Parts: sequence; C-alpha cells; structure tokens
Amino acid sequence: MIRPIMMRDLRRALGAGAALPVVFFLLVATLFPFAVGPDAQLLARTGCGVLWVASLLAALLPIDRLVAPDAESGVLDQLAARGISDEGIAAAKLVAHWLAFGPPLMLAALPGAALLDIGGVELGRLELGLALATPALAGLTLTVSALTAGLRGAAALGGLLVLPLAVPILIFGAATGNGEPGALKLLAAIALLITAGAPFAAGAALRALRD
Amino acid sequence: MTVGLRFEDAACLRGGRLLFEGVSFALAPGEAALVTGPNGVGKSSLLRMAAGLLKPAAGAIVAEGRIAWMGEAAALDAALPLGAALGFWARLEGADAAATAAAIDAMAISNLAPVPVRMLSTGQRKRAMIARAIASGAPIWLLDEPGNGLDTAALGLLADAIAAHRAAGGILLAATHQPLGLGETRTIALAPLPVDSLP
Repeated sequence: MIRPIMMRDLRRALGAGAALPVVFFLLVATLFPFAVGPDAQLLARTGCGVLWVASLLAALLPIDRLVAPDAESGVLDQLAARGISDEGIAAAKLVAHWLAFGPPLMLAALPGAALLDIGGVELGRLELGLALATPALAGLTLTVSALTAGLRGAAALGGLLVLPLAVPILIFGAATGNGEPGALKLLAAIALLITAGAPFAAGAALRALRD
Repeated sequence: MTVGLRFEDAACLRGGRLLFEGVSFALAPGEAALVTGPNGVGKSSLLRMAAGLLKPAAGAIVAEGRIAWMGEAAALDAALPLGAALGFWARLEGADAAATAAAIDAMAISNLAPVPVRMLSTGQRKRAMIARAIASGAPIWLLDEPGNGLDTAALGLLADAIAAHRAAGGILLAATHQPLGLGETRTIALAPLPVDSLP
C-alpha cells in the first residue's frame, strides 16, 4: 500500500519543481561572495554556515505543494477511505520528499563548496551533516505542509513555522561543519527525533484536515 | 466475511451546527439506499461518515467490507493520461489490469485512456470516477451525486453498473437529487433541522 503512494509522490516531485531547492541553494552560494567580497579566507571561514542557512531556506520551497494539492483533489480522502492510516500516508510522503530533496541538495553542495572555497575536510563534514539533517528538514517541511494545507498564504506561514523548529539542526549542523567535537552526535540525535516524529505529527495533521 | 453497512442513531455536527441526528438504517448485500433532501441538509456529510472520513458526533457507524468512495473531487492526477491515473488506484488496491480495463470499458471511456485528465470534461471525469469504483471490486459503494454531469447514455451505463454491483451482492449508498433508474431502492430522507438547534 505504501509503495505506490511513495512512487506517485516521487514522480510528481521530480516532474514539478524538484530542481527548485537545488537552484535556490546554488544561487545563494553564488550570491554570497558577491556580497562579502572575494576574500578567500573570509569565504572559507563563513562558507559552511552560509550553505547550512541556504539548505534550511531551500527546504521551505516545496511547502505548498506537498500536501495541499492532494487535499484539494480528493486524493487524501480516497486513501483514507481505503483504510490506509494517516501515519502510513505521511511516512510514504516523507520518504518520497526526502528522495527528491536530500540527495540532490547533497550533490549541489559540491559546486556550492567550490564557489565558497570550502576545503575537502570541511566538505566531507558538511556532506555528513547534510546526510543526517535533510531527512529531518524533509520531516519538518512535510509536517508544516500538512498543518497549513488549505490556508491562504500557506507558504509564508509555513516558513515562519519551520524555521524556529529548524534552529537546533542549524546550530548542530554548522558546528559539525566547523569540526566541533560532539556536534555530530547532537545533530544525529535531534535529526533522529524530528525524522521519527514527523510521520506521526504529519499524520495527525492529515487527520485534522478532514474535519 | 459478511458485508454490511449500518448506521446506529448517528448524528452529524458541522461547524457547531447540528445537521441531522438519530439516523439509523442497515443495508444488507444487494441493497441500495438513496440519501435525499434539500441542499445543505448533510447528505455529503452522511456519506463521508459512512466512508469513515468524518466521525459521527453521536451514535455509531459500522461498515463491514471494503469501501469504494466517490466524492466531489476526482482524485485523478491532472497531468497524467487517464489510463495511468486510474492505474495508480488499481495498483494501490491490487486490482488486476483486466478488471480495470473492463471497468473502463463499462463506462465507455476506453478511447480516453491516453488523454491527460486535465483535458477531460466534467462528465468524462465523472465516468472515470465511476470506473474506479467498479474496478476496485469493493462491496460497499458510496457515491456522492453520481449522476451529476452525466449524459443520458452515461446515466444508463451507471444504472447498469449499479445493477451488476447489487446482483453480485454489493451495497450502494448514494446521495442524489435526480432519479438514477435503479429499480427498488430505499430512501433515507434528511429534513432540515431548525437553524437554532444546538446540541
């Protein structure tokens, strides 16, 4: 039951706008050196943090197309009438959204790191951090998508809801990038908590959407 | 497994307003019931309750058997060809390709299979939604305004499909304003409650 839902979501995500967060991410990485100047040392020192902020903002872009279109078109009702649990639907959507968001973002971090003059070791830590953080970011985005589906200005409101919740990811993620001891473990812990909780939170939001 | 749909003293509360209360009926295999009443009386809500999409404010609803739900929204991916859009639901239910093809045939839309859903007319989309219910093989059909937007020929096909469904021991609960030509059916008439009725 879960697999066809996941495949459908993945196909829809890849068909419409999966490249958008990646392009946005690279755009930020391109603009930043223009703004602060070409000082290689300054860029290398701030680059990791910039890429983390860019990842966070890129995660916001798909908020209005993860849940709202399915709620409007009756797809969620059809799934619920077949007795599929809301948590199951949310889990399928989470996996599909991460597949369309996480790996492309990690790939985009390669040219992004080159643009900001980030070295090999730091890049390795950034990629490791993103591998842990992107499922959590996907989970936050999905949950807030489900919470704001059907509201006007859902994308803007969604941003206001996601960003505060993503602060721990940003703090521990950026600290991981700077090689601070223990940060990786804390990042892994907070990411696991958010990722594991997301299907339940998003599932509850989907249930509330029906009333 | 026995098939049945039962409402026991169900009440519906929407937005703080009581739409109906004390609705009780039971449908056995082969039986069909039409929910009638003026606009806004709660016909669609009653069907959503039967599908498990809404919880009754009081009473209980027992549905034994799989449900085919047809609401107002098409729930077909607009960008996909009709055949692929229906194919998603068939895969989800594990329905075999032959059953889906037969259902598409039964609603006379097999020529539309390669056409993207967004190009279809209201009536063609409605036919596809009925075809999905047929293909599901579910014993309980819950159809909200199944006749809306259908032409005379399609209304005939719908009546035939429902007759075949009932002959196979299926249950039908439909909300409708127009006669569907179904032969013997029960009627669940909802009447508006006074506006100020509060729980």
